[in-house]
Amino acid sequence: MAETFFFEALRAAVDEEMEHDPSVFVLGEDVGHYGGSYKVTKDLYKKYGELRVLDTPIAENSFTGMAVGAAMTGLRPIIEGMNMGFLLLAFNQIANNAGMLRYTSGGNFKIPIVIRGPGGVGKQLGAEHSQRLEAYFQAVPGLRIVACSTPYNAKGLLKSAIRDDNPVLFFEHVLLYNLKEELPAAEYLLPLNKAEVVRQGKDVTILTYSRMRHHAMQAAKILEKDGYDPEVIDLISLKPLDLETIGASVRKTHRVIVVEETMKTGGIGAELIASINDRFFDELDAPVIRLASQDIPTPYNGALERLTIVQPEQIVEAVQKMVALQV
Amino acid sequence: MVQERILPGFQAAQVQITKAEGLCLYEDMVLGRFFEDKCAEMYYLGKMFGFVHLYNGQEAVSTGVIQAMRPGEDYVCSTYRDHVHALSAGVPAKEVMAELFGKATGCSKGRGGSMHMFSAEHRLLGGYAFVAEGIPVATGAAFQTKYRREALGDETADQVTACFFGDGAANNGQFFECLNMAALWKLPIIYVVENNKWAIGMAHERATSQPEIYKKASVFGMAGVEVDGMDVLAVRAAATEAVERARSGEGPTLIEALTYRFRGHSLADPDTLRAKAEKELWFARDPIKKFAAYLIEQNLADQEELKAIERKIQAVIDEAVKVAESSPEPDPSELHRFVFAEDE
Repeated sequence: MAETFFFEALRAAVDEEMEHDPSVFVLGEDVGHYGGSYKVTKDLYKKYGELRVLDTPIAENSFTGMAVGAAMTGLRPIIEGMNMGFLLLAFNQIANNAGMLRYTSGGNFKIPIVIRGPGGVGKQLGAEHSQRLEAYFQAVPGLRIVACSTPYNAKGLLKSAIRDDNPVLFFEHVLLYNLKEELPAAEYLLPLNKAEVVRQGKDVTILTYSRMRHHAMQAAKILEKDGYDPEVIDLISLKPLDLETIGASVRKTHRVIVVEETMKTGGIGAELIASINDRFFDELDAPVIRLASQDIPTPYNGALERLTIVQPEQIVEAVQKMVALQV
Repeated sequence: MVQERILPGFQAAQVQITKAEGLCLYEDMVLGRFFEDKCAEMYYLGKMFGFVHLYNGQEAVSTGVIQAMRPGEDYVCSTYRDHVHALSAGVPAKEVMAELFGKATGCSKGRGGSMHMFSAEHRLLGGYAFVAEGIPVATGAAFQTKYRREALGDETADQVTACFFGDGAANNGQFFECLNMAALWKLPIIYVVENNKWAIGMAHERATSQPEIYKKASVFGMAGVEVDGMDVLAVRAAATEAVERARSGEGPTLIEALTYRFRGHSLADPDTLRAKAEKELWFARDPIKKFAAYLIEQNLADQEELKAIERKIQAVIDEAVKVAESSPEPDPSELHRFVFAEDE
């Protein structure tokens, strides 16, 4: 494939999987005629028909529950959250029925569902459209939570998510849809449970995901000019965490900085740090530094919004500070 | 006590049922009644725990609807008051009882409990504990049938889904949202409201601006009927028509069955709000006694045959308790089993 936009990579994943398996279908608000709010399902209804690319009324909890029922009876639904924040309205169906039903039913039913769409803080979209639901949903048993960050991993991960028999919450980022990248022409799938080592380094481990991966890499570019050598890991799987890859890096650098877009309280970082302390405390030379969003509703004002989320210069500072520690 | 709604009339004489059909309906209702009576006994003996909601009084609804379907092939979706729907759908009494005892042999392997009976084999989509949350799931199963038929070209896909819920659920958004989608897409589903007049302690009339729930179908362009939920033949007749409509691709039906629960909301409910006169009025409409009288009057059965059925069912229930008692607890080493799809 030539240079491919992020949204086109996602579209290709959906298209290929719908072609590959007729039980795969898409449902959600404006996924059909309109083509999806970020064009991820553009024109697919022309190829697959209106049942396989189902425009739903604006009834998030009910169409999510419908997808659960369809999945229990053998279909493989992909729900698009027009904005992932809207799925707060579907919290009950996602938690009680998508997440817990396999267990509660004693293994009677499987729920092979993908719930995907744009999350994260965009550009002055206001608080309701700037949510990071991964933090809220991480406590639900039975859900897998995945965040993609590049056109390449978006495509390979989404294909795997569609083939997975578990309910997968699949987070895209509202500001990444126009990233471009050369993609392989041949089909590929990527594992849902593997973190990606984006930059190998030895000084400090930066654990991050989604759009913050790009902030971390911007910081790394600045830092390497001054002779710093950070390792950057994109978590990819937010639940379960890939503690194997994380552990290998901690054993190498002995210093960890978490960079996330969720709010600090109850965020992905909170769980990540607790897991690192549980498993690798003896490997740490310093307490983990956590860079997270402010604990506030995301403000509309551009300058305030910028202050709400972590910026590359804060990552640079944190690395400098941590490397300067004498241990 | 508020004015009672007049139960819709039903001409039982117009219904032709065979002796075998009559006895089958009777047996299913007796199974539901005896099972629940045994649950109450076992609950007070400390054999089952948590919230246990019994179905006594409403048997004609479960039996009338599910016996008008193809059990094991069509789908059934229930609520927290789900034991008897499970039994009518064909889940063996011992598996339901073992689930209530929390045993590994329960239909949900002891993970679900009273409010979460499931059986993929019997196409029981489950008991759903939160009010109205099963309605979207059932709607999805019905969508699946339409999808198989129309998107995948599977001509054998003609299954119908029955979705049971109570009057309390009919004031919840999921009810309205799903009626809209089911009518819009002509899904093969029957929504069965078991209007037993009370959502725990909230009287139906105090909770809704239009107490005649079946009328709510009309705004969606959907067929809506009210039926005497204490008359198994009336329920069965309404369900038969709805099943035909669904199976032939003509879309959903909302059936409002006027019924009554003979016990409190759950076994933990002191049941002090319902008036004695109201209870007595409904006790006198006991669907099992009513149908027994009908069978005898129509010469479809005699007392001895009915007694024989009761003895047979009593033996089934006794056996269910025995199996539940003697079954193993779930293995503690399998605490995490079934969280993910990989655990078979």
